[in-house]
Formats: sequence, structure tokens, C-alpha cells
Amino acid sequence: MLDETKVKNIDKVVVRFTGDSGDGMQLVGNIFTNVSAGMGCEVSTFPDYPAEIRAPQGSLGGVSGFQVSVGTDVHTPGDKCDVLVAMNPAALKQNYHHLKRGGVIIIDIDSFKDTDLKKALFATDDAIKELGITAQVLEVPVTSLTKAALANSGLDNKSIVKCRNFFALGLICWLFDRPVESVERFIANKFAKKPAVGDANKKVFEAGYNYGHNIHASVSTYRIESHQARPGIYTDINGNTATAWGLIMASEKSGRPLFLGSYPITPATDILHELAKRKDLGVKALQMEDEIAGVCSAIGASYAGHLAVTSTSGPGLALKSEGIGLAVIAELPLVVIDVQRGGPSTGLPTKTEQTDLMQALYGRNGESPVAVVAPASPTDCFTMAFEASRIAIEHMTPVILLTDAFIGNGSTAWRIPDDDEYPRIKTPYVPADKIAEGSWRPYDRRENLARYWAIPGTEGAQHRLGGLEKDFITGAISTDPANHEKMVQTRREKIARIADDIPQLEVIGDEDADILLCGWGGTYGHLRTAAAELRAQGRKVAFTQFRYINPLPANTGDVLSRYSRIIVAELNTGMFADYLQSRFPDATISRINKIQGQPFLVEEVVNAVNHIIDTH
Amino acid sequence: MDSLTYTPADYKSDQPVRWCPGCGDHAILNSLHKAMAQLGVPPHRTAVISGIGCSSRLPYYMNTYGFHTIHGRAAAIATGFKVANPEMSVWQISGDGDGLAIGGNHFIHAVRRNIDINILLFNNKIYGLTKGQYSPTSDRGFVSKSSPYGTTEDPFIPAELVFGARGNFFARTIDVELQISQEVMTAAALHHGTSVVEILQNCVIFNNGIHSRITDREYRADRTIHLRHGEKMLFGKDMNRGLVRDGFLVKAVTLGEDGYTIDDVLVHDAHTPSNFLHQQLAMMDGNDLPLAIGVIRDVDAPTYNDDVHRQIHDVQSAKGFRSLRDMILAGDTWEVK
Repeated sequence: MLDETKVKNIDKVVVRFTGDSGDGMQLVGNIFTNVSAGMGCEVSTFPDYPAEIRAPQGSLGGVSGFQVSVGTDVHTPGDKCDVLVAMNPAALKQNYHHLKRGGVIIIDIDSFKDTDLKKALFATDDAIKELGITAQVLEVPVTSLTKAALANSGLDNKSIVKCRNFFALGLICWLFDRPVESVERFIANKFAKKPAVGDANKKVFEAGYNYGHNIHASVSTYRIESHQARPGIYTDINGNTATAWGLIMASEKSGRPLFLGSYPITPATDILHELAKRKDLGVKALQMEDEIAGVCSAIGASYAGHLAVTSTSGPGLALKSEGIGLAVIAELPLVVIDVQRGGPSTGLPTKTEQTDLMQALYGRNGESPVAVVAPASPTDCFTMAFEASRIAIEHMTPVILLTDAFIGNGSTAWRIPDDDEYPRIKTPYVPADKIAEGSWRPYDRRENLARYWAIPGTEGAQHRLGGLEKDFITGAISTDPANHEKMVQTRREKIARIADDIPQLEVIGDEDADILLCGWGGTYGHLRTAAAELRAQGRKVAFTQFRYINPLPANTGDVLSRYSRIIVAELNTGMFADYLQSRFPDATISRINKIQGQPFLVEEVVNAVNHIIDTH
Repeated sequence: MDSLTYTPADYKSDQPVRWCPGCGDHAILNSLHKAMAQLGVPPHRTAVISGIGCSSRLPYYMNTYGFHTIHGRAAAIATGFKVANPEMSVWQISGDGDGLAIGGNHFIHAVRRNIDINILLFNNKIYGLTKGQYSPTSDRGFVSKSSPYGTTEDPFIPAELVFGARGNFFARTIDVELQISQEVMTAAALHHGTSVVEILQNCVIFNNGIHSRITDREYRADRTIHLRHGEKMLFGKDMNRGLVRDGFLVKAVTLGEDGYTIDDVLVHDAHTPSNFLHQQLAMMDGNDLPLAIGVIRDVDAPTYNDDVHRQIHDVQSAKGFRSLRDMILAGDTWEVK
């Protein structure tokens, strides 16, 4: 069936680039994504890379992958791929099971020599046969064709071989009809500082593209549908960058300068990188000596009157607990970003998980409630970083933003919002007349129970904060038993009242459904797609996404009561399900859980929901 | 506005001071109020940030902005505060446990960064608030509740840590020396960069007399030397003893003995960039050589907060973005019509 030339029109396609972690798979995957997004396709990416920076070359542990889905109605990077690029035997061995039935594998046959096969622990000299692969395999001499393309370049052999990822990119771009000029513009931008390398990559890219053209007769080519997106200016964005930009938007809308205190940790470090670059927008991003100093410098900056943020992943959140507790009792605004990864301990640093929910909700000494929010997708990181900042400032509280490695590193096309799309943040300054008449006290509260924010430097507003319990009225140290209980209840009620200030929970899907599938955080795309597929199969299923975790939206109880069964799907052993059950003991909750460091597959969610329906 | 004059009372809060009667902290608090009045920085432009411990209660007794934080973290909190709001004069109050044990990492990094804060390090060689455990400055063999048979570890010498972290300002005083305390606190505030002032403080309850070998009136003149920039290094009741070079080291001599005259006595230079002699002076312990008090090192160097702000200014002028949207639109984008 593959002998004839076919041009397929398809609504979406999934490509998975895999190779050694030094082979530049993330780079060419990103370029393919950007070019596709530029053509108006929806995109969703999933970089899947090892924790080791450079594991032994050609080894199974050193395989790096980048999966992208492009087309229309794209909510996930796809369960399985239509095309798998494997630059060496290890990449093939680790990834062939990600191929869809009817998909195509492209390998660099030059790197399937005996030594390469041994490094990937193959027992025979025929990798394809040994793995039992029946799909079409395109054996392309990528390395030798790369060398041929650069024969007269004057580059040394090592530099030439490094360009071979662009041969693969060329081939894929031909296959999916991507415009050569856009790719070449990306290459020129990326290598602006190394034009010789840029030129070499461009040449190899063209060689790959032309090779595709010349072998035309043997594979299908595809025309991917592009989307009629909402008019506007778009850019490609990953969740970590979106998070950083959402904070900057909040800074602009609140009038408070942005401060980040951070310490490098995978997979959150890109937020620090992005905000360090944003000195051009006045952002102060400090790389501190440790995680604790990261949160503490932010607390200092918050006291000083900045929109203060600290960014980390699970282990770092553990170290910051005491600091967050200080911000709870001092009632200072603070945004804490946890880009969740596999745990416990160092766990799976580069893989995704939703296992920090309980830590975010409860991981502090004493009664120390904080607000917790969770974005649903890479672009939603922008909105929810803004929301975390808004809640922190307007309610004078720490807010934990729970993203994860999947949406932090994954990217999609994003329409750049107009300036008036996000509301002004109402910063609760101490009213000047209260200061003038000397009647202001540091723990005076507004209707939503938030303190006022007295910015140091303001004459007459000098006050002392601290980690010791304070008197409800005067703000002086107090160990009075009744006062302590009153303060505990007040801080708790302050968080609860945030529910009046966040959107209601929305439900997608059948009005008369008995089953409500729900999730929170970065699993949104997979769960929403699974719900749509279930409906296509004739199941009456509704879907809802929790973006506000603490407090929950005010109508949560009403929504849950409309369904005879709630199914919570999450990448942990059931933390959100437990949380919901504790709040709504009458709800009948079933669980779908996965703790493999990998996102859900739509198919496994569909199967699990069907199983729950059929067995109840 | 800033030309107004202030009195020490302007820096005092209305809260009753709750340290033990006889605690050295009372004297230090008085010296700080006086130094602040002398400096004339208004209370609303002053912030006092502390960690945990007896000394860290100090912000409650100030009529400035103040923050009593968590154990060991005052330096990190003060760093964020100062970078965010560099117009404020920032003081950090820590004890030997808070600053050098649980907060040791933040202490050395604050000093290394040269953030423009003034660190007052109350050193009483004991944990007071937890009722008497040895601290990282307790001498080897020190007997306490947590070292009933004596410690089996060597202490930090705060000055040595400061020099190891490439510090540019180090001064030392004694709680009861009100004048000298005021003098070095004022110098610390005027110094641009991290200033560390070690204050030998007496814990009257759990470690009474720990510094008395040096601080008792009977010996103080002979066992301490008050260093002042540009002045001869003289000490003793009759000011007839002096410090002179001895090869690579320093030694104490008596004028008129062994042929030494006033011309041989070193003149203190707190501003010389090399910390070689400063460190020797700071390490004198009151045994063979007198313990140095006063400003030992005071050298100008680029500060972290200034450079962060300068960099922001430079990058902003070069790029000229007015908003997030400006910045994003300058990158890779495409339009959907």
C-alpha cells in the first residue's frame, strides 16, 4: 500500500523526533513546531528528555525525544505518533512502541552499525526484525548524505555530523509540506551569532528536503489542515515562558514591580531564565544561594512592596515550607510556583506528575492555609500566573501555582492578548487619610479580610511584622489563647472568601450525563479529548476542569451533586479525589490514576472510564 | 525633609522591652537608637529585619519598619528587601546561632554579594532563647546543656568568616561600650555594601561573664585595642603599648622597651583593599595580642543592589520596551486575519 504516491488530507498529525540527547532533537522539534504554528496550525508539544545531560552516547538511557501534534482541534501532543524519527538504534528501541498502526519510521541507517547496535543492547544485527517491527521503515543514510552536503564546507567531521538533525528536519518538512523559507528564517535567527553553523544547517536542511522530494514515490505526503483561529497576533509559547509573562502582566496591572527569588531546579529553571532576561521590562530576578533564600528574598521584596515570586519544583517547595508559613502569618502577598515533577525526593526530575497537591495544600506547620491554583495548559499558565498574582495581592496571601513538567515544557500557539483583556489589579494600599489621622493599624482588615499593604518608605505607616502570633486589633505580639484561635479562623476565612472572587466551575458536554469526568492541572487536554471521544462512542459523559483548587469555585458542590458518579483522573494516587471527597462526602467518586512520569494517553483514559461505567 | 533632626526617642516603639534585666541587648538597643539619631535617616526610611533568638526581638522595639522573621533567614529576607527598595536603610539583627549556624549560608552569601545592609551580629557564644546550648562560636570544650562533657568542635571566628566570604566591612564592639558601639554602627551605616558589626554581648542568664576575660574594666584597656582609621595602634591603661610589624605578622610592644618608639607603631588603614593585615588584626584574641574593637576594615566595592539596578537601567535604555506586549511583538510572531 505504500508503493503509490499519496497525498493525504488530514486534520492532525503527530511526529516524534528521537535520538541521542546530544543529537539536537529538541531543537529541530521546536523548529517544526514553530513553523507549523506560523502556518496557522494548532500545536501541542511534549519534550521527553533524560535527567542526564549527556548519558553515554548511543545508550538507552541517553535517548531524548520530542513529540508534537499539529493540525486542528489539537489539545494534546497525541498518544502515539504517525511518524517516528529515530537517529540511532537506542532511540528506535525506546520509542517504536509510540508508533501508531500504519505509521512510518525514519531511521538513520548509517548509525545502525554493529557497534551502535551493541550500545543499544541489541543481540542481532537486524534491529527492525529483533523488535518485531512491521511498520514501514524508511532507511535513510542521513549521516553520509549530511557529509556529502557539507563536503566543501571546510567544517571538520565532528561539526558536520552535528548537523544531521537538520537533514531529518528537512525530510519531515518535505513530508508535511512545510514552507522552506520559514524554516530557513528560524535557522538564521537561531544561529545569528554563528552564521557558519547556520549556513551548514541550512544546507543540510535543504539536502533533507530534496531527498524527500526525490524519494517521493515511496511514501505518503500529507496536507495538514490549518485552523481558522481567532484573529490576532500569535506566537509560540511554552508553559514556563507563559508563566513568566503572566507575572509580568500582573505587575503591569497592579503597579507593583516584579521580583523573583529563585534557585535553579528542573523543570522550573526556565522561569528564572526568562525573568532574568526581562530586565528589559524592569524585572528583578535573583538567583539566590538556595531554595530557602529564594522564597525568603521574595518575602523580603514583598514586605518592601513588590509583586514577589519564587519558582521551584517539588523538592524546592519542601524547602520553602517554613518561609511560606511566614508569609501566611505576616499576611504578605507571595506567588510560589511549583512546576511539578516525579517524586518523592529527587524522583524523576525531568518527568511530569501531579504529586505535590497535598504538599501545596497542607505542607506547612500549624494552621496555614494558602490559595492554590493550577493552569490547564501551556497558554493557561499565562492566565493562571496572572490570577495567582491577582489573588495574592488583592487577598494579601501566599498563592501556590501548581504547573507541571508537561505543560511547563510543552508549547502551543498563543494569541497575544490586548492590553485591556486582563483586569486592573486592585492593590490594597493603606488609605492615606487613615495614615494621616493615625488610625491605621497593621492588621486592620478590609471586607474580604485582607490586610492593607503599607509600602516601606511611607511616612507614618511604620509597622512591625513577624512570625509570632499577633493581636487581632493592635498587631502587637500576643499569646492570648482566644486571640490565637480568632486569628487562625480569620486567616482561614480570608482564604475561603477568595471563592467569591473567582469564576464558577464550568461543565462541558452532555446536559443529561450521569458521569462527570474531572481533572485539574496539566491533564486537561487529554481528559477533554477523552471526554469528547467517549461522547462519540455514545457515552453520556460531562467534563469539568478545576483551575482553582483552594478555595474551590463556589458552585462546586452544586455541580458535583448533579452527577451520580464523579471520575477524577490524575497523575498521582488520588490526591485531588481525596480532597474533593473530604469536602463533599456525599459525592460518589471513582478514580483514574497513573504514576509513571508520563502524561495520560487519551486511549487509556477512555478505556478506564468505560471500564468504570461498565462495572458500576 | 531629611534635614530634620531626630532624637533617639524617635526610633523607639511603644512596646515594653522584654529582655532579661542585665542583658547586654539593652545597651546595644540604646546604642542603635543613638546611632540612628546621629545618622538622621528618618524612621520611615529605615527597616530592621531579624531572624529568631533573643536578639531578634529587637525590631519590635523600633519605631521603624521592622520584620521579625524565621530562624536564620534574615540575611536572605533583607537581601530581597534591599534590592526591591534600595532607598531604605536596612539593618539586620542576628545572634551567633541565628547568623552563623542555621543562617550561615545566607550570612556568607550576603557578605559575598556585598548587598548594602548593616548586619549587627550579637555574639554571646550561647543559645539563650532555647535556654543554654552551645553555639557555633562557643570555644572547644565548652560545657552546656547540649555538651555536658564539653564540645568536641572548634568554633567559627566571625571575622574570619567575613574575610573568607570576601567581606569589605568588619567592625567589633562590646555591648557595654556605648560610645564605641554608636561609632561603629554609624560607620557601618555609612559604608556602602555589607557591613558586619560583631558585638560581644553578655547573656546574663546562660553564659554570664563569657567575655569578661576581655571586657572586665580591670583588664579591658590592656586586652583590647580600639582601632581608628589613620591613628596609631596604641593600647593599654597608659596608652604606652603598640602594635608593630614582626616579619609577616604583628606583635605588641611597649614603647621605650627593646628600642621601640612611637615611630615603629603601625597606623591603622581601614580602607586599604588588601585584607591581609585586617585579618591579622581581627583575629587577635586578647591573649598575646589585644582584641581589636572599632572599625577594622572599611573598603568600597561595587554593591549587589546598585549593580542590579544599573543593569536594569542599561538594558531598559538599550531595548526601549514600554510594556510586555511591546517585548513580545518584537519577537517571532504571526498574524491571523
